[in-house]
Amino acid sequence: MKFTLSWLKDHLDTTASVDEITDALTDLGLEVEGVENPAERLSAFTIGKVLRAEKHPDADKLRVCTVQTDTGESQIICGAPNAREGITVVVAKPGTYVPGIDTTIQVGKIRGIESHGMMCSEREMELSEEHDGIIELPSGKIGQRFTDWLAQNDPAKVDPVIEIAITPNRPDALGVHGIARDLAARGLGTLKPLKAESVPGTYPCPVAVTIEDDAKDGCHVFAGRLLRGVKNGPSPKWLQDRLRAIGLRPISALVDVTNFFTYDRNRPLHVFDADKVAGRLRIHRAHEGATLTGLDEKEYAFHGGEVVISDDNGIESIAGIMGGLATGCTEETVNVFLEAAVWDHVQIAHAGRGLKINSDARYRNERGIDPAYNRQAVEDAAAMILSLCGGEASEVTVAGVAPHTDRAYRLDPARVVSLVGMDIPEAEQRATLEALGFRLEGDMAHVPSWRPDVMGEADLVEEVARIASLTKLEGKPMPRARAGVPKPILSPMQRREQAARRTSAALGYNECVTYSFIDAEAAALFGGGDDATMLANPISSEMSHMRPDLLPGLLRAAARNQARGFMDLALFEVGQAFFGGEPGEQRLQVAGLLVGRTGPKDVHGGSRPVDLFDAKADAEAVLAAIGAPAKMQVLREGPEWWHPGRHGRFCLGPKKVLGVFGELHPKVLRALDVKGPAVAFTLFPEEVPLPRKSGSTRAALTLADLQPVERDFAFVVDADVQALDVVNAAAGADKALIESVRIFDEFIGGSVGEGKKSLAVTVRMQPVEKTLTEKDIEAVAAKIVEKVGKATGGTLRG
Amino acid sequence: MEDLRKKYLDLIGAASDEGALESLRVQAVGKKGEISLKMRELGKMSPEERQTAGPSLNALKDEINTALAAKKAALGDAALNERLQAEWLDVTLPGRTRRAGTIHPISQVTEEVTAIFADMGFAVAEGPQIDSDWYNFDALNIPGHHPARAEMDTFYMHRAEGDARPPHVLRTHTSPVQIRSMEKQGAPIRVIAPGRVYRADYDQTHTPMFNQIEGLAIDRDISMANLKWVLEEFFSAFFEVDGIKTRFRASHFPFTEPSAEVDIQCSWVDGQLRIGEGDDWMEVLGSGMVHPKVLQAAGVDPSQWQGFAFGMGIDRIAMLKYGIPDLRAFFDSDLRWLRHYGFASLDVPTLHGGLSR
Repeated sequence: MKFTLSWLKDHLDTTASVDEITDALTDLGLEVEGVENPAERLSAFTIGKVLRAEKHPDADKLRVCTVQTDTGESQIICGAPNAREGITVVVAKPGTYVPGIDTTIQVGKIRGIESHGMMCSEREMELSEEHDGIIELPSGKIGQRFTDWLAQNDPAKVDPVIEIAITPNRPDALGVHGIARDLAARGLGTLKPLKAESVPGTYPCPVAVTIEDDAKDGCHVFAGRLLRGVKNGPSPKWLQDRLRAIGLRPISALVDVTNFFTYDRNRPLHVFDADKVAGRLRIHRAHEGATLTGLDEKEYAFHGGEVVISDDNGIESIAGIMGGLATGCTEETVNVFLEAAVWDHVQIAHAGRGLKINSDARYRNERGIDPAYNRQAVEDAAAMILSLCGGEASEVTVAGVAPHTDRAYRLDPARVVSLVGMDIPEAEQRATLEALGFRLEGDMAHVPSWRPDVMGEADLVEEVARIASLTKLEGKPMPRARAGVPKPILSPMQRREQAARRTSAALGYNECVTYSFIDAEAAALFGGGDDATMLANPISSEMSHMRPDLLPGLLRAAARNQARGFMDLALFEVGQAFFGGEPGEQRLQVAGLLVGRTGPKDVHGGSRPVDLFDAKADAEAVLAAIGAPAKMQVLREGPEWWHPGRHGRFCLGPKKVLGVFGELHPKVLRALDVKGPAVAFTLFPEEVPLPRKSGSTRAALTLADLQPVERDFAFVVDADVQALDVVNAAAGADKALIESVRIFDEFIGGSVGEGKKSLAVTVRMQPVEKTLTEKDIEAVAAKIVEKVGKATGGTLRG
Repeated sequence: MEDLRKKYLDLIGAASDEGALESLRVQAVGKKGEISLKMRELGKMSPEERQTAGPSLNALKDEINTALAAKKAALGDAALNERLQAEWLDVTLPGRTRRAGTIHPISQVTEEVTAIFADMGFAVAEGPQIDSDWYNFDALNIPGHHPARAEMDTFYMHRAEGDARPPHVLRTHTSPVQIRSMEKQGAPIRVIAPGRVYRADYDQTHTPMFNQIEGLAIDRDISMANLKWVLEEFFSAFFEVDGIKTRFRASHFPFTEPSAEVDIQCSWVDGQLRIGEGDDWMEVLGSGMVHPKVLQAAGVDPSQWQGFAFGMGIDRIAMLKYGIPDLRAFFDSDLRWLRHYGFASLDVPTLHGGLSR
């Protein structure tokens, strides 16, 4: 919403400065977005008089002028055709910034002759496009500030323009009068009373208006009258200046009047060329497929149900949103039908959204105009049109009735103090509401018709607090709900998330935060990309589906980094992945991705391509950090985006999957442009069972006094036997004695034979009661060989 | 005897290796060594002679043995030194590489904010990112026709044909968590709710996903003045500058009333932003007293309970605190950015240890 200071002063009697006004507006909740004050920009320009003007000896088109200014006589070289002796001019002295040419004037030589300033055109001062010559003023004293002269003689040119942001609850502030009311309530001046015009009709209105039954809930009231014999044409300069100042293009007197009321009173009006209207006007609902060419010359097709205004030729106007081109006013219009209606604001919003029309009328009507300013608006607008264009007014025709808006809420002064925490005396609270147009009867505050947003007691509190100024609010300590040391507040899952994140970073991974939506192709590679997780209105095809897994986002990130020359990556993310489109169909994941080598080449030869055992070790470390049990099964048959032979699932039983690790499927890498090798893990922290918390006491530590014994075994097994089976079998040989079984070597092929491999394990035995004899050890060893043989078919390597 | 002593001590002193030293030992105190032989002669001496010669021979033997041992140790040290000298390594070679991981600023700042509000008694609440339009809008006093819905640039989820329910949305703010928390817990309540939110907007300063933190405090007599205090305490703790001032400006949000936009005190010096000093103000969050209709929607009786809510951008306060210029880079995962703006794994923000290094 833009307006000028002089426009504001039509409604507000004030001596406040522009700064005071803008500060107050922002504080009142009418946030100032910009102020354009031409007077500030042009304050250095002064008036001078050309005493002599002689031709430049070395240039035909230049004149050497002697100009009288407030600081004496200056020599100024000028190229303007009208630079001549005796004229009163506007001078920019050296050091003055000239906005139109973006230059600060310096003393310089032009073709060998010094010039001490510049005489300006309107364009050079950004006052207009006028640039045929320098300004010649009809009056003005030498040395007078040019902006002072403008303020007296052409005030529109130095009128400050203020732009404010209007929150959706304040349609009343979409009119200058409403803004003035707020400022007056704040004490920045006095609200000027509105002039209520009266234009008696001299003949019955020949245009009949009816609201059909199906549209009665869409159109509350429609008032109109004919103005015949008007002479349309350009509107007067003051009106054109105002509209231009706030960024509107003057069109014709008739249209400019409607725009004036739109901005002055937030009262959108429409004018039909009555000669183009056939028969009566009917307000009804549009049928699906009907069309209308709007004033913006675009064709709109109705979905059906929008409230429209039709004549005998069909639809002529989209109610409250946009008029039709066919019945619009032109320079030739002589008979005009003026419309002021009140539409249901919810239906305007739906219709406007459906038709995708963002007109100023829609903007205002959907926020809610003052329904009580309707009949009077027809009088006021008619008076203005008649005064500008002449003509003769008919009687007013009215269909429907203005909606009932009277309602009252109890003002509870104590509640205001309790909610806001500011001590505002009751008298001040009442005065504030009255200044805003509320009518107080006892403790009941009746809401003015222009405030559709006030719907309860809390709204009264807001009005009082807003006018009193929240800037004055002083903070007041809010004690903890309970005195003493605060209790922990994170849930076990929140702590888990944090532990997983910090552990991953400690393992050398860089945390990423990638978008929750990805492209359909990447989503499909990871089991997603279906309609349930699809956005109806994505901003691009790269962000069309909710991610089914964190890995595609990390892989895309890896590809981007590889394109920048970073080939070795360790990335991770902690976040939600989506398995459906219903609220809650999301699950927490921790994903880590290793790409390339373990590190850069180095003198120690430690750099090697990453492999799945890197991912496995890291996954185990993270799982340990979030409290997963030390013993987990590792099963195969994970999802298809993993290398079928090179991945495993950490499980507690066949259904409880805590995570997956492994090599990514080469097709996935190719599709996402990642240069391998790439290994990864995905963990599901919510699946890790919560510990049965029984206090913080640890189990007692029992330390054996006896020496542990270690024995190595090498088993030859079939190549597809899993190491974990060998380990489990060996450990099962004597659960009391065997403390651990650890694989320390794997050897495939060669002397062990085709299709076979050798697995070497170290078994550590911890005697508890007595030192083991060689015989005891032999017995356990035999049992181990037997168990492993039974479980895996393995034999001791000879 | 003195000749003998001098001879062997000189020889031991001159010995150059362990072999020479061993032959000297044999020669002097070995079974057939010169001193051993002399000691054998003791038996042939008179008791008187023996009384003087015995102790002095024993003493001589001890002295020679000690000298041998000392020389042996000295030779050993010299040999070790020589070997160690030869084992010189170029210590300027790099150590074995170890990856250094990082924590994303969003996670770090979320933990910082959590630490501060936890101290003021706020728990951490969570809610779904895909939510129904009831939780995201209606329950927050934003009915279907409300212009705020259109202004929020909402992402809608696809609706299958024949499913007549209004489409679900990607939550446009963390405010629905207010409703869910109050439904679950009732009043009194103090929670913050950090998380991802979504709006269909992408330009220099907007990304279609960003992070917000919601705050909610409901009790019998919580006022807007409490809100101001809580926020000022928060900002001072978060930016680690004492006494940061805030400015409340009246505004409008459908879910609070009265509503205020909150600015914090700042200054611009040579293009650098400084928080907590100077005369300028920077808008950082929206807040207000929870609207009675919102309390009602969440099953809390507005005639008994009142309180405040606020919402601010985590990414935004991270940018302000750590001088990160571009929001879009937060979600780009550029390794250089992650390393530069990321935090060490052990830099866990705490109030007792400090939020930042």
